[in-house]
Amino acid sequence: MAVIETKSLTYTYPGAAKPSISDVSMKVEKGEFVLITGPSGCGKTTLCRTFNGLIPQFYQGELKGEITVADLDAAKHPTYEMAKHVGLVFQNPENQLFALSVEKDVAFGLENLGFDRQEMRKRVDWALNLAGIYDLRERSPHEMSGGQQQRVAIASVLAMQPEIIVLDEPTSFLDPLSAQKIFEVIHDFNKKLGLTVVLVEHRLDLTAKYADHIIIMDQGTIRFDGATREVLSKEETRLIGVGIPKATLLYEMLKKEGVNLNSVTPLSSEELAKMLKEAMKF
Amino acid sequence: MLTVEDVHFSYQSGVEALKGVSLIVKNGEFVAIMGQNGAGKTTLVKHFNGLLKPTRGKVRVDDVETTKTSVASLARNVGFVFQNPDHQLFSETVEEEIAFALKNFGYAPEVIENRITWALNLLGLTQYRKTSPFMLSGGERKRVALASVLAWDPKILILDEPTIGQDHQQKENLRQFIMQMQSQGRTIVIVTHDVEFVAECNPRVVLMREGKIVADGEGKDILTDPALLEVSSIVLPQIAQIFTQLQVPSLPKNVIDIYEAKTLLLRLLQRRQRL
Amino acid sequence: MSVFDGLKFRKVYSPIHNLDPRMKFVYVIAIFAAAIAFYSVIPLLALFIFQIPFVLLARVQKQWLRSLRGATFLAAFIFLVNLAGNFFTQNYTLTVANVETAAAMTLRFVVLVESFSVFFLTTSPDHLGLALEQSRVPYEFSFAFTTAVRFVPVLAEEAQTIMDAQKARGLELEKGNFMKRIRNYIPILIPLIVSAIRRSLELAEAMESRAWGATKKRTNLYALKLHKGDFALLGIIIGILILTVYVYFYVPIPTVRSFFGYP
Repeated sequence: MAVIETKSLTYTYPGAAKPSISDVSMKVEKGEFVLITGPSGCGKTTLCRTFNGLIPQFYQGELKGEITVADLDAAKHPTYEMAKHVGLVFQNPENQLFALSVEKDVAFGLENLGFDRQEMRKRVDWALNLAGIYDLRERSPHEMSGGQQQRVAIASVLAMQPEIIVLDEPTSFLDPLSAQKIFEVIHDFNKKLGLTVVLVEHRLDLTAKYADHIIIMDQGTIRFDGATREVLSKEETRLIGVGIPKATLLYEMLKKEGVNLNSVTPLSSEELAKMLKEAMKF
Repeated sequence: MLTVEDVHFSYQSGVEALKGVSLIVKNGEFVAIMGQNGAGKTTLVKHFNGLLKPTRGKVRVDDVETTKTSVASLARNVGFVFQNPDHQLFSETVEEEIAFALKNFGYAPEVIENRITWALNLLGLTQYRKTSPFMLSGGERKRVALASVLAWDPKILILDEPTIGQDHQQKENLRQFIMQMQSQGRTIVIVTHDVEFVAECNPRVVLMREGKIVADGEGKDILTDPALLEVSSIVLPQIAQIFTQLQVPSLPKNVIDIYEAKTLLLRLLQRRQRL
Repeated sequence: MSVFDGLKFRKVYSPIHNLDPRMKFVYVIAIFAAAIAFYSVIPLLALFIFQIPFVLLARVQKQWLRSLRGATFLAAFIFLVNLAGNFFTQNYTLTVANVETAAAMTLRFVVLVESFSVFFLTTSPDHLGLALEQSRVPYEFSFAFTTAVRFVPVLAEEAQTIMDAQKARGLELEKGNFMKRIRNYIPILIPLIVSAIRRSLELAEAMESRAWGATKKRTNLYALKLHKGDFALLGIIIGILILTVYVYFYVPIPTVRSFFGYP
């Protein structure tokens, strides 16, 4: 069951000379963890914003083609409608938090939707716990680290209990340790709650291992779309400028030297280490 | 040459950000200052161009004490590129942006012209000379900010978190650019938490924690030291992770370069398969 | 600035801090009404002294004194202007009555500063925002208020970073004549404004993505409820108003100068 489907989607920002995305057709199945990556300017950020209707409603401009998210036409339904089904987490943690306390921020979406206080309280506590920030609920956003702030943003999206959560480079501003924690949280609710995750990221070293499905974009179009291991072992992917995980690169390098590890392409250091250990057990 | 002698620094709010830091950076060195958020890295480097003055201890740039001179005069030798280029960009054209510092430093108009052309060329921005910096993409704006600092040819270059928001190719370009700058005899100091980037450059690494320097040495040794990892929340570089998880005693623990890893693994596999 | 110090909220827990800000605001209005009803020193002095127990109960004496200290300049100004007004219209003479009236006007100003100061010192911005949300004020305004308060420290830090970045390019803010100095602030203002615009766009995106505008009937995670203390305060407010009306109409107020034998 496809929760996101686009058919020949093309979008041009108002006043732009050429489209930011051209003829993009892709599908995301329910419960999948999808990675979207590609060099800067490839259109991945633009694509994300079509999923909840920010494009074209907030940004105006010209949108052609079809886009269906959670069985709704994302271009026609108002963003506040779409928000119930697809949550968006952005790059800069600071600019997603408005309230003076964490739990009020997490409740923001629910308040907008007119939930009653009891139900809100339940959902807010649930979301705070999922994101691992229950103890921080009365703190003010300014006194928190970037990683904590981003977890508040994630909690506030989770609280609305959408079927899909889209994250646009959520760890750009974070150090590797905080980034890792965020990815673990995301992987967690994908596995435990069956939430469909669409993650736009450059840090494939940390994220490729979680994704079933990867989409590589370049200059506004989709170049590769398929199983993570397959796509990342292609030479062409590397040539586009995608940061292939080091484990995968090393594996390919060894393969070229004739080393046959009798296994699938590794996506993480753990996988490669395991494969190498197996190979040495002769 | 940068000399930091037992520097203590407290902010007005009372927070003590530096608790006795001593460091010498020689001319032409490439140093990466790493550590958690709040460890004091940016506070430290802001002392190098006098933006901050120590509450105790001394900082010297080429034998001039930073407390005895202005930020503007220190800036002539110490170029500081901030993390967010949008905190610097304000001109109508890229050309004017690059000219800004040159005018502040009192260069003659012909010299300014030449330096602008040189800087644009160096950063691949020649076609944007008359473009408004606000019309450029994020990566291009970063290059404009870099060009506007390099324009006056400072001997020491400080880059604060230069890899944030950059894709793989952009980081590779940056790495090569830093190597180029270093080969020209410039001293480069970067503040970063990007372990993979540092692993690829393998510079001298100064690791900070809670206002103090806890380690200072070669990148490959510091980034693979398990005791240091615990203490300063840096992550093992991917290549080192593979080697650590392999648990083969005969393999060195401080491998961070992919080519070195390949050679070592090939040798190991060939040996094992011969037995 | 010391006047503003006296208005900054402090996170202390006292019975006054826990009072409903709406009731506290009504109290401030009541004091305001009482203060402008009187032109003589004695009732205004009484109002001034009346508020002191609140200050002590709220444990904000230090900041409150600071706000008063900050107000002395304006208070002295008011005093002198009043005297000067009389002086010039009475053929360069001053009577004791004039001095007393000027003192009364000054006291009135001080009483107002006093009550506003206690209000702001004991009401956190969140509490204030919440009160705004739960009153008849349209949500857009209370949202604008809390968001503004939330971002003030962020903007302040950003301004500092921008200044540092430009200083590192040789910008000297202290040098030059008046015109040059103003022009020197352009490299600071433009990045600040551009950054603020970018920030508001990102905030708007986040708001839209969290269902902003979904319904006119917005609910609230918190509810401000009136407690015993608030009703006690209400009682005090009613008492002040009744007393004010009574004294105004029925009690002849002696002047201070009459105790000293002046007309």
